[in-house]
Amino acid sequence: MKHTISVLLQNKPGVLSRVTGLFSGRGFNIESLSVAETLDSGVSCLTLVTRGDDAIVEQITKQLHKLIDVIKVVDISDSDYVEREMALIRVKAESNTRAEVLRIIDIFRGKVVDVSPKSYAVEITGPKSKIKAVIDILKPIGIQEIVRTGTIAMARAKKS
Amino acid sequence: MKITGAEAIVKCLEEQGVEVIFGFPGGVIIDLFDELETSSITNVLVRHEQAAVHAADAYGRVKGEVGVALVTSGPGATNTVTGIASAYCDSIPMVVFTGQVPTGLIGNDAFQEVDIVGITRPCTKHNYLVKDINELMPTIREAFHVARTGRPGPVLIDLPKDVVIGKLNYTKPKPIKMQTYRPTYEPHPGQIAKACKAILKAKKPVIYAGGGVIASNSNKELTELAKKLNIPVTMTLMGLGGFPGTDKLSLGMLGMHGTYFANMAVSQCDLLIAVGSRFDDRVTGKIDDFAPYAKIIHIDIDPTSISKNVTVDIPIVADCKYALTAINRWFDVQDDFDKKEQKKKVAPWFKEINKWVKKHPLGYLEEGDIIKPQYVVQKLHELTKGDAIISTEVGQNQMWAAQFYHFNKPRHFLTSGGLGVMGYGFPAAIGAQMAAPKKTVIDVAGDGSIQMNIQELATARQYNCPVKIAILNNGYLGMVRQWQELFYDKRYAGTDLEVSPDFVKLAEAYGAVGLRATKTSEVVPVIKEALKTKNVVVMDFVIAREEGVYPMVPAGKATTEMLLV
Ligand SMILES: Cc1ncc(C[n+]2csc(CCOP(=O)(O)OP(=O)(O)O)c2C)c(N)n1
Ligand SMILES: [Mg+2]
Repeated sequence: MKHTISVLLQNKPGVLSRVTGLFSGRGFNIESLSVAETLDSGVSCLTLVTRGDDAIVEQITKQLHKLIDVIKVVDISDSDYVEREMALIRVKAESNTRAEVLRIIDIFRGKVVDVSPKSYAVEITGPKSKIKAVIDILKPIGIQEIVRTGTIAMARAKKS
Repeated sequence: MKITGAEAIVKCLEEQGVEVIFGFPGGVIIDLFDELETSSITNVLVRHEQAAVHAADAYGRVKGEVGVALVTSGPGATNTVTGIASAYCDSIPMVVFTGQVPTGLIGNDAFQEVDIVGITRPCTKHNYLVKDINELMPTIREAFHVARTGRPGPVLIDLPKDVVIGKLNYTKPKPIKMQTYRPTYEPHPGQIAKACKAILKAKKPVIYAGGGVIASNSNKELTELAKKLNIPVTMTLMGLGGFPGTDKLSLGMLGMHGTYFANMAVSQCDLLIAVGSRFDDRVTGKIDDFAPYAKIIHIDIDPTSISKNVTVDIPIVADCKYALTAINRWFDVQDDFDKKEQKKKVAPWFKEINKWVKKHPLGYLEEGDIIKPQYVVQKLHELTKGDAIISTEVGQNQMWAAQFYHFNKPRHFLTSGGLGVMGYGFPAAIGAQMAAPKKTVIDVAGDGSIQMNIQELATARQYNCPVKIAILNNGYLGMVRQWQELFYDKRYAGTDLEVSPDFVKLAEAYGAVGLRATKTSEVVPVIKEALKTKNVVVMDFVIAREEGVYPMVPAGKATTEMLLV
């Protein structure tokens, strides 16, 4: 099962390596990882996507919590949540495909962020499935370069 | 008031009640040794940094305090790694200070620079590199707090030279409040009630006590529970002494070299009460067959220990002392709890257990003149009235000590349980003797292991630690040889220690006393002579070469599949 875990941690040197060391040392897998400061510059938020059965994920959350620099660990896939990824894709765009590329990007509400005579660099944001869909469609046209972020995620607020 | 970093460190150590540290100096840390020289703290100058850490480990265990080691950068720091890893596996509170090159040089591959914080990250409870001198005092205080609270463990502080020699303003200690670290001590009352009801219902209960009982000083509470409810107690290697080993409720140790009756009892029990133990593979054997009929209660202060290897029915995250006290109180106020009824209820269970005890008691075959190692340990027990502090090396010697020195008190058995470090026992004995100068301290050693830190004979002599070393000399790396005998058609590859020093002469070379026994009849006189001697004594017991440790559960087998004497 895929789990998206959100970890608040102190923004100190070496903290990230404590987290990744925990995963490599105990043989847990990390599918993606993304980390940045929160509003409080002393605290970082790390989102990581991992896979494992319930027992493994329970160990992962407990082990993360055990790290002295970790403030809070939430398995947000336990509840309703939104997740996003971003991809920058440089796609071949020559005279015969330029219009088509633009049309595709438009459908996926992407943005062109860099233009050259033979290519466009486009920015796509969305859940993993959407990024995958864009990649699948652009592939036949010719993807020259791709850079992706890890997943970031946030639990949805309670409706009542 | 401006003070130097070195002064600040010493002040912090004094404030923490540190009286003895174990250290070995070097270029970047001279200033701190200089400062220690005029303080109230004794520095025990070891002969290898690994020994400093093992000694600090044992010192902490015996005193129930945080042990401290101090070493220089680079090789000094890397030499501590084995000791730190051992303390981490055994949850021993410790603070290790390492020197570091000046902050300006860090990352430049400076002379004797090593990223010790990076190296020890996976084997410390936490570690720190102090880059800002104003953080020095708060960091040291926090480190001691982290080391001794919750599930204890080693903490390392890396001290760049400029931080040690720089100046700072003295700050007073404040109560430590960490946003991110708040171990749970108090058990959940609902879980306690659940556990107690399960205990009341059980017809075949067993307590399985681990090192957590020792760490939390809850041997009294454990004994109260066992006696109140008439529950047999088995202990892990780390738990020995947590319950009196000579008590009739004691089943001795369980697991790979546990007693037949402890392993059988666990395999048949209907309730397993795990107290401060962690279901290590050396205890459980084949995990699917471990305590297959039992409901499991697990008390542990570390949530990650719970349901890690074995799924637990009633988890209790708490300090063992708090949890056991809560359980005991629950029974005290329970109107319908009748001690006599309870005793009657478990009587058939004891009958069953006693059958196992009779069938295969702990024992060995005597061989006339040839010294049996078990006999040596039995005599050590007798002649010290079971009151000595025993440290061990690793291997057969360790298991014979665990099996045959029936520990009645906590903090009297020192062994590298989780990591199994050959070379632990002798420095540990020195640490123990520094902590308890009046006690008899004996390192039960193997001829292989003792050579891993034999250089500490000089340290023991220098600090008048009259520790006794009992080498169970079989001329082999015996435990490995035993596996080869059983599972590798007796191919003794790389285990025959064809050349060893003359341990008697070696002792004498260091100004210690060397004694040797080659016949059974010489064992008692040698031990008596050693115990009388105020100096360090090395006893060389030339034992049956191919004696094995039994019972034995082959690795990966169910604990009921024991090989017996
Ligand atoms: C540092 C280290 N290296 C290797 C081992 C593997 N090992 C475990 S027991 C053992 C044999 C120990 O021999 P000895 O000290 O003579 O003890 P004996 O088993 O003969 O009593 C070895 C090599 C270990 N535990 N620690
Ligand atoms: Mg040996």
